[in-house]
Amino acid sequence: MSVDRGGRLGLRVLVLGYLTVLLLVPVGLIFYRTFEHGLLPVWQSITTPAAVHAFWLTLEIALIAVPLNTIFGVIAALALVRGRFRGKVFVDAVIRLPFALSPVVIGLALLLVYGRGGWISLPFQVIFSVPGMVLATVFVSLPFVVLEVVPVLREVGDEQEQAAATLGATPWQAFWRITLPAIRWGIAYGVVLTTARAIGEFGAVSIVSGRIAGQTQTLTLLVEQRFQNFDLAGAYAASALLGVIAIATLLAMTLLKPRKDQG
Amino acid sequence: MRGSPLPSEAVTARAARRVPRVTTGGASGLGLGVATLWLSVIVLIPLAALVARSTDGGLDTFWSAVTSRQAVAALKLSLWTSLAVAAVNAVAGTATAWVLVRDRFRGKGVINALIDLPFALPTIVVGIILLALVGPTSPVGLHAIATTWAILMALLFVTLPFVVRSVQPVVQELDTEMEEAAASLGASSITIFRRVVLPNLVPAILSGAAMSFARAVGEFGSVVLVAGNIPFHTQLASVYIFGQVESDDPIGAAAVSVVLLGISLVVLLAIGVLGRWGSRHER
Repeated sequence: MSVDRGGRLGLRVLVLGYLTVLLLVPVGLIFYRTFEHGLLPVWQSITTPAAVHAFWLTLEIALIAVPLNTIFGVIAALALVRGRFRGKVFVDAVIRLPFALSPVVIGLALLLVYGRGGWISLPFQVIFSVPGMVLATVFVSLPFVVLEVVPVLREVGDEQEQAAATLGATPWQAFWRITLPAIRWGIAYGVVLTTARAIGEFGAVSIVSGRIAGQTQTLTLLVEQRFQNFDLAGAYAASALLGVIAIATLLAMTLLKPRKDQG
Repeated sequence: MRGSPLPSEAVTARAARRVPRVTTGGASGLGLGVATLWLSVIVLIPLAALVARSTDGGLDTFWSAVTSRQAVAALKLSLWTSLAVAAVNAVAGTATAWVLVRDRFRGKGVINALIDLPFALPTIVVGIILLALVGPTSPVGLHAIATTWAILMALLFVTLPFVVRSVQPVVQELDTEMEEAAASLGASSITIFRRVVLPNLVPAILSGAAMSFARAVGEFGSVVLVAGNIPFHTQLASVYIFGQVESDDPIGAAAVSVVLLGISLVVLLAIGVLGRWGSRHER
């Protein structure tokens, strides 16, 4: 028994040590480095016109991409769980693809469609402009809501919807009154993940944005540009701001998870 | 993987099948149409363009872009570092999942929540963090910028949650009676783990490791600042592609991208097969 207890303690120490070295120390260090000269320079650094513009642009892109992916996510999840059609495996694989694909490849693919000499030319500029950045963000954050809602839908089944239908409810009423309330926490969890990804996307957005300061620069692009300009303190400050957003995301996930799992 | 059918769920599904279906056709058909259209516009058309236009300069140009010494070196580096990272994750992630489920200590809830931090944190911030840790101003005197060590650290950081989150629910579902029975028959804890526990975890470990491999092969934001991008030495495939796009050679970049796309598809397929294997294991 004492060997077993020793083994358990040893494993605990190993795992916590690994997490501390890989996760806690590095993340703690960035906050220390950011605030080692006090709050004022950090505040000044994240309220420069370029930083404020980057903040609003990041928010704007997320506010377009997240609702689009939420609506699509619910529709796709319903089709995947309730529908019967050929090629379900294929649709499922395509939905997961953005997770397994390099953001650089995603950015380049959009460039080849909408860029100079590309397949599609629209009356407005897409590449090196906000529409392209929205497309890139929608692409990379596409799977979250679908993948969160599918298991919840499976769990709740469709008996209540069937009952509603026999009682004369239209499919639309059944969706709003029965399905949506049942899956709302799954949707909420997916929305949190989508938002975090949308705010944090770098590679794909970097390629399609052209990185024009004050025009197509999001927060993550601002971090990189400040680093390239040897403004390390500025890069730390913008990183810390994104770090705070990430911690808020974790909090939201922790609060939503029990509700989501309860269904 | 997630969504593995629980016994209760199977019962409900069976019951639901007995009831004649009332709503079909119309609404779900429309939903399928909308979903397919959205997927086509956002995902399929761009990827089709990537594949088609990678041969814009002819097949010869495509082949020489993919087999150029620099591209091959970059792809090789991406592949072996990602394999190494997947292997480390398989062990460390399983251990972490085990401790998070079976062990009891103060602050476990916080640690459990923090596991997802690499998913919540933008990759470029991870790059900056590593720069602070092992860059010129390192507080611990580590200087690993432009080395394979920096690449491995970045990849380990961003892929940390995959195996943990895929193994954790399986450990939770494990029946401890089997382990107790093995222990009462005199099996050592190592034997119990190897013979009783591990076989149940293998599908989840492999699919988590496969996901972290796929993520690592294409990783960009966290490595672009610390890898150094030295050709034949620390240049990763994603950074190489980015460089080609920057130097206005999108077609050459597309050729190497098609290789990465192929790898992603193969990994996704493997995970799909593993998922089916995993759910069969449970029955």
